[in-house]
Amino acid sequence: MFPKGTKRKFSDSGDEPAVGGEDMNQPSSVAVRMLSSYSLQRQALLDMSLIKLQLCHMLVEPNLCRSVLIANTVRQIQEEMTQDGTWQIMTQALSAANAAAQCSAERLVATEVLCRQTEAAQGEQVPKPFPAVGSEGCPAEEEEEVVVEEEEEGEGGVTMSTVSSQAPTTYLPGTFGMDPCWEEETEEDEDSEECGSGSEEGDSDRLVEDSRTAEQVFGTFEIKNPAPSPDPALEELFSDVDASYYDLDTVLTGIQSVPKMGPYDLLESLSSHGPSPLSSSTSCRSDLNELDHIMEIIVGS
Amino acid sequence: MAGVGGGNDFQWCFSQVKGAIDEDVAEADIISTVEFNYSGELLATGDKGGRVVIFQREQESKNRPHSRGEYNVYSTFQSHEPEFDYLKSLEIEEKINKIRWLPQQNAAHSLLSTNDKTIKLWKISERDKRAEGYNLKDEDGRLRDPFRITSLRVPVLLPMDLMVEASPRRIFANAHTYHINSISVNSDHETYLSADDLRVNLWHLEITDRSFNIVDIKPANMEELTEVITAAECHPHQCNVFVYSSSKGTIRLCDTRAAALCDRQSKFFEEPEDPSSRSFFSEIISSISDVKFSHSGRYMMTRDYLSVKVWDLNMENRPVETYQVHEYLRSKLCSLYENDCIFDKFECCWSGSDSAIMTGSYNNFFRMFDRNTRRDVTLEASRENSKPRAILKPRKVSTGGKRKKDEISVDSLDFNKKILHTAWHPKENVIAVAATNNLYIFQDKIN
Repeated sequence: MFPKGTKRKFSDSGDEPAVGGEDMNQPSSVAVRMLSSYSLQRQALLDMSLIKLQLCHMLVEPNLCRSVLIANTVRQIQEEMTQDGTWQIMTQALSAANAAAQCSAERLVATEVLCRQTEAAQGEQVPKPFPAVGSEGCPAEEEEEVVVEEEEEGEGGVTMSTVSSQAPTTYLPGTFGMDPCWEEETEEDEDSEECGSGSEEGDSDRLVEDSRTAEQVFGTFEIKNPAPSPDPALEELFSDVDASYYDLDTVLTGIQSVPKMGPYDLLESLSSHGPSPLSSSTSCRSDLNELDHIMEIIVGS
Repeated sequence: MAGVGGGNDFQWCFSQVKGAIDEDVAEADIISTVEFNYSGELLATGDKGGRVVIFQREQESKNRPHSRGEYNVYSTFQSHEPEFDYLKSLEIEEKINKIRWLPQQNAAHSLLSTNDKTIKLWKISERDKRAEGYNLKDEDGRLRDPFRITSLRVPVLLPMDLMVEASPRRIFANAHTYHINSISVNSDHETYLSADDLRVNLWHLEITDRSFNIVDIKPANMEELTEVITAAECHPHQCNVFVYSSSKGTIRLCDTRAAALCDRQSKFFEEPEDPSSRSFFSEIISSISDVKFSHSGRYMMTRDYLSVKVWDLNMENRPVETYQVHEYLRSKLCSLYENDCIFDKFECCWSGSDSAIMTGSYNNFFRMFDRNTRRDVTLEASRENSKPRAILKPRKVSTGGKRKKDEISVDSLDFNKKILHTAWHPKENVIAVAATNNLYIFQDKIN
């Protein structure tokens, strides 16, 4: 689940003091080894917990008590890792790995995702456009900027677990895999007053709550594994369409098996930017062909 | 050998075992709840297949005064069926989570049984007479031609073979969004409470279309959820008092006279954590899996993963007694977390006189603690010890390096053989222990 580089990096940084100092060579190396062993155990526990959260019975509702207890354990580990600095190292390593693997547009999506999570952590439910992201400048720098923000958030005591419920969740089991489900959820965010105060919970409310529960549980590891970004062609395409295409959007995302959040929220944010900096004339043409093809499928069925 | 339960010469003997013998256990046959009724005459079990089996104790025979009556099957019925929640595309299991008997008010017996979502009130009645000689219909039920009837007769009641019928009298549905973990009949015999992961509802036994929500710990933002309700129970004598336990090891006692929504507890029971034993698993093992009031109503008992604690209702800051169930598992918590055993919910129960408590463990072991003598014993529910009136030999788990003869090492324990559900007869020393798909009944042997 985590690139091997993460662990190697930690132990490297851990070994440095031992290598550097000759006077305290012996005791510090022992201490470092013990610390590494504890960290490895802790990491293993974190991995195990995250796997447990992912694998849940598809037919029956997962046991809420068990999920809450595992999520609390994950949060505990994350807090401890944040305090001793390993968390930042891990997220940096992951974002670097992610950045290296994907093209620039997709990386921007990743930063978008990360930023959204930050905002959600501050308690804002309404998706806001990320202010400073533009296509200019080195993507790597933007990446680091965002990561730095995350770090600050982390050090400020905001644990990763409170981070967004809106993050793409490729790990979500199919229970919540229906896109209309997701739509309701985002609407719920904005209309929380209406839905939440109902005496008898509406069906959508229940759906939302349960997917929210899963979100809360699953959302904790979103930082570490940003979902593979949606097709950049699709994004460019939808950046120019208006609200009436939102429904189409979910249908298409369903067809494309793209993570639920990406295009929709990206759509909102990018559309507020005005003309998208991502689109180019050549890619638009091929995308229109794609759109035609997709429309044929929909209309045909 | 001194035993537990009262008196020095007290020993537990095998009495009966119910259930299939073969190794292949069908999932549906796994017993999920066990409960004696108020008199102890009836013993009900619920299983994962949604069935309820009620055993009745036969009258004590005069030939064998020392052997108490045996329990035989009295009634079997399908209480709950699997359902499908179309909105969430999820199955609702038919597994019976809890059975609670109602006090007997007439010749019939009544009990509440619940699965994850729906509570049902079942009436179990006997029929041993039938009427013969109706005027308007024949013996086989066909209607008689009214013009052919020339004389009237009075139907007579004739004895017939005993028939035990179970009928669902009330269905209390659609009140729980989350999984029901507890039901408890109130001492007023008119109301009962049901608890799920986040809410506790109060029902009237006669009214099925309404229930009062008396506890709601659901946060406005589900992302902030860190604690769930794990069990709830009504006080045995004070109809306005109930308790509910949480996954963080706390118990809240509430008074329904204080407010309609009992979100603010009257009493808050929590033992301060021992900082020296803190680990990543501390919270999980502190999660309370069962809470039971003593028969006297003065104490309550809670079960967490490794221990049983007895609390005095007048002292909130710590329990008055703590009993270690299987402390040898503390060093194995990581493995138990990996195989999910750490989430097993063990129940506990009081003896009729509150002098002893019992709870289950792994490897088909169960533990009993005598509160007066402070003695404890580990016994095993197994087919090997199932000769009639065979005395149960105490078992021991070896924790140190040297394993004595007859001891079993921690690594040899079978974690698939778990005893989660046990029940103690309300008046006598008869216990029912559910071991997967088998129900063992043990009773004391007074020398």
